[in-house]
Amino acid sequence: MRYFFTLMLLLVPILGVWTFVEADRWQLWFPQNVSSFGGEIDGLFNLILYMVGFTFIVTELALAWFVFKFSANRPGKAVFTHGSHKLEMIWTAIPAVALLFIAFSQMETWAKVKFESNFPKGGKYTKERPIAELWASQFDWRVCYPGDDGAIGTADDLERSYEFVVPVNTDIVFHLRSRDVIHSFFVPEFRLKQDALPGHTIPVWFRAEKEGIYDLVCAELCGWGHYKMSGRMTVVSQAEFDKRMADIKAEWFSNGKEQGQ
Amino acid sequence: MSQATTHAANSPHLEPGEGEAGTVRAHHDHHELGFLRKWIFSVDHKVIGMQFLFSGLVFLALGGLMAMAIRYQLAWPWRPMPGLAWMFPATGGAISPEFYTMLFTMHGTIMIFFVMIPLLTGAFGNFLIPLMIGAPDMAFPKLNMFGYWAMVPAFFFILLGFFVEGGHAAGGWTSYPPLSTIESAAPGSLTGQTCWLLGLTWVGVSSMMGAVNYVTTIVKMRAPGLTMMRLPLTIWGLLITSLLQLFALPVLTAAGILQLLDRTLNTGFFTPTNLQVNNITPDSFLYGADAVGAAAGGQPLLWQHLFWFYSHPAVYILVLPAMGFTSDILAVHARKPIFGYKPMVYSMSAIAGLGFIVWGHHMFTSGMNPALGMTFMVSTVMIALPSAIKVFNWLGTLWGGRIHLRTPMLFACAFVSMFIIGGLSGIWMAATPVDIYIHDTYIVVAHFHYVVFAGSLFAIFAAAYHWFPKMFGRVMNETVGKVHFVGSFIFTNMTFYMMHQVGVAGLMRRTADPYAYDVYQHLQPINEFITISAFCMFAWQIFFVVNFFHSMFWGKRVGRNPWNAASLEWDAPSPPGHGNFDRQLEVYRGAYEFSSPDVAEDFIPQTRKL
Repeated sequence: MRYFFTLMLLLVPILGVWTFVEADRWQLWFPQNVSSFGGEIDGLFNLILYMVGFTFIVTELALAWFVFKFSANRPGKAVFTHGSHKLEMIWTAIPAVALLFIAFSQMETWAKVKFESNFPKGGKYTKERPIAELWASQFDWRVCYPGDDGAIGTADDLERSYEFVVPVNTDIVFHLRSRDVIHSFFVPEFRLKQDALPGHTIPVWFRAEKEGIYDLVCAELCGWGHYKMSGRMTVVSQAEFDKRMADIKAEWFSNGKEQGQ
Repeated sequence: MSQATTHAANSPHLEPGEGEAGTVRAHHDHHELGFLRKWIFSVDHKVIGMQFLFSGLVFLALGGLMAMAIRYQLAWPWRPMPGLAWMFPATGGAISPEFYTMLFTMHGTIMIFFVMIPLLTGAFGNFLIPLMIGAPDMAFPKLNMFGYWAMVPAFFFILLGFFVEGGHAAGGWTSYPPLSTIESAAPGSLTGQTCWLLGLTWVGVSSMMGAVNYVTTIVKMRAPGLTMMRLPLTIWGLLITSLLQLFALPVLTAAGILQLLDRTLNTGFFTPTNLQVNNITPDSFLYGADAVGAAAGGQPLLWQHLFWFYSHPAVYILVLPAMGFTSDILAVHARKPIFGYKPMVYSMSAIAGLGFIVWGHHMFTSGMNPALGMTFMVSTVMIALPSAIKVFNWLGTLWGGRIHLRTPMLFACAFVSMFIIGGLSGIWMAATPVDIYIHDTYIVVAHFHYVVFAGSLFAIFAAAYHWFPKMFGRVMNETVGKVHFVGSFIFTNMTFYMMHQVGVAGLMRRTADPYAYDVYQHLQPINEFITISAFCMFAWQIFFVVNFFHSMFWGKRVGRNPWNAASLEWDAPSPPGHGNFDRQLEVYRGAYEFSSPDVAEDFIPQTRKL
């Protein structure tokens, strides 16, 4: 029986590591990254993966080995010890250093993505002139682009539901708002998530580095229709973006604002 | 023995719990109680423990069934569930999106507040505390009885919610407002959410009475000679858990009442200004005047802070007693003293202390000031340190032992194995930038199921097998127990392990049909695999149910100390009578004197004088 149970405990690290190695091949790994900071986030994930993976393998193997080796079949009594001060010091100090290293290694990227003071400045769609307001509500997304006056909340605003079009390789700041309950802006390919909080305007920034159409996902439970609260993040070239904006404007003013709603 | 008899003779009408700590209550001289006094309105901690145990197991089955329905929907969205058309005539047996949101809300609520907390502290806490500290009963037996009876309105409200208009609460077990407070935001926010809040408030009342009782009993009623540093780690785990409840629970109760006021008296603690719920579209959707709660001025984030200020410590309430059980079971079945007893106590205390300053890690993406996220990250990462120390000490306890692989030991080893996984994956979530991506994905689901299901529930199984002889005077069948273990261990890992990778692929929690998004469509086959594993794991529990009830009546009878354990509960008869012990206890040492070279046997009971 001891062999059998040891094998079961051994299967945990073996299959555990195997599934992580194969995950990419099974398409059970990160979707492609298209944002400027996404690579850093993946890198930090992998840094932790290697550190916890090492700990995982060592502790699980030790557990299986001890269960096998120190079976009741062996003669004599168990080792009579109440512990070792030296060992306690070692396995307190080493993980403490490793954990502090993990914590401090995260700070730069976190500050870069979320601290408003670190948001890109001086660009076409940055802090001073956000590209749009993104409104979340049960169960859709609406984008409100400023009109020619560059200010949101004025008569010439352009509204569009479902699709959020942005130019590629440009620092984008937008304002995230919610009309009713809490929602969350999540684009897996951007590695970006931010809750939309009713009563608050939350600035968010990203820089998409590859043209394409990506799913905009609501990541915070927002009611029965949460699962279908999808949107589309369309990243296009600057020329295409200008054309799209002209189209949106033409459509918006020719059909009356009701169309946009 | 003569001293003991004298004492019992001098105070024949003592209620349990009265009298000096460690005094003797001859159990057989107590007058017979009627059925109602003995089994229903009992003040005996053992019977109250059983009441918590059985109601907890019933709710475990209910919560488990809900999990199966959730898994069914994730594998085969919108497909009618075979044989359940009678339950859902409107959809022909299929799960509607409204029902799905209710399912995962109530699965979480029931599993945490009606299964894990009652089982760990209510059932095993009640049963074990007086026995392991050598007391005749709890310090306040009547309060203990009220503690269970406060659960009855909790059961009533939480079950009532399923039958009210709009169905039960559907705002997630976290019940974030405004979704949970605005009636038009979700069907479950009509009346179901009120039932949910009332149910939880009563659970809080029950836990509070229990916690006061446990702390007082452990501090005041230890047998002579049983110093704090001689206590079994199970008792330490339960003591620290009770302290956590005493300090954190009032916050949840207060927050629940605020939310109740928001819902019933239209206060605006959590409702921001200018809300427009349920597609009421005024002239301009941007700055409408026709808004719900136009002047409320509340803060949705306030609820999140209050809720997590309780609910993060609650995670440790769910795991500290389990760590205690595991420590005791590992030592007994490995015939080894606990490796590093004091570091174990200190690390449990550190987990509890740090547990109060980490709640913000649930809110990294919530819109909370990101600078706060930075400090919460450091405290959260550091809480992994005491957990790591505990794992190393468990391994140290096994090292050099003479390990008997009986069923409780197998479950305890499995706890260590899977707690490692759950603990390590937590580091990803603690790391703020990584959490931006993995927040609310399945990697979080994998993480907390590895801690609470694969961890705490396996420890509960271990404890059930280990202390069953003390509860009923019989042992559970060892072969069936091993069969139960093997299937549970394999299927649990098959169910939860791959959720890590699914989460890395970005799959979110709480979506009724993830395949509505292109980015998740390729995840259906793996979800089907997880679902089938979960079904097998659920079905496998029949071995436990049958073994448990069969052994209760027809199991092999055993004496007081079938495992040759050293702690005090094994000094009492199996099952212990009213008043627990039949002789005067005097404690001379800690609970883990196994394999000492000083004696011929491989253990020294705490009560033996050398």
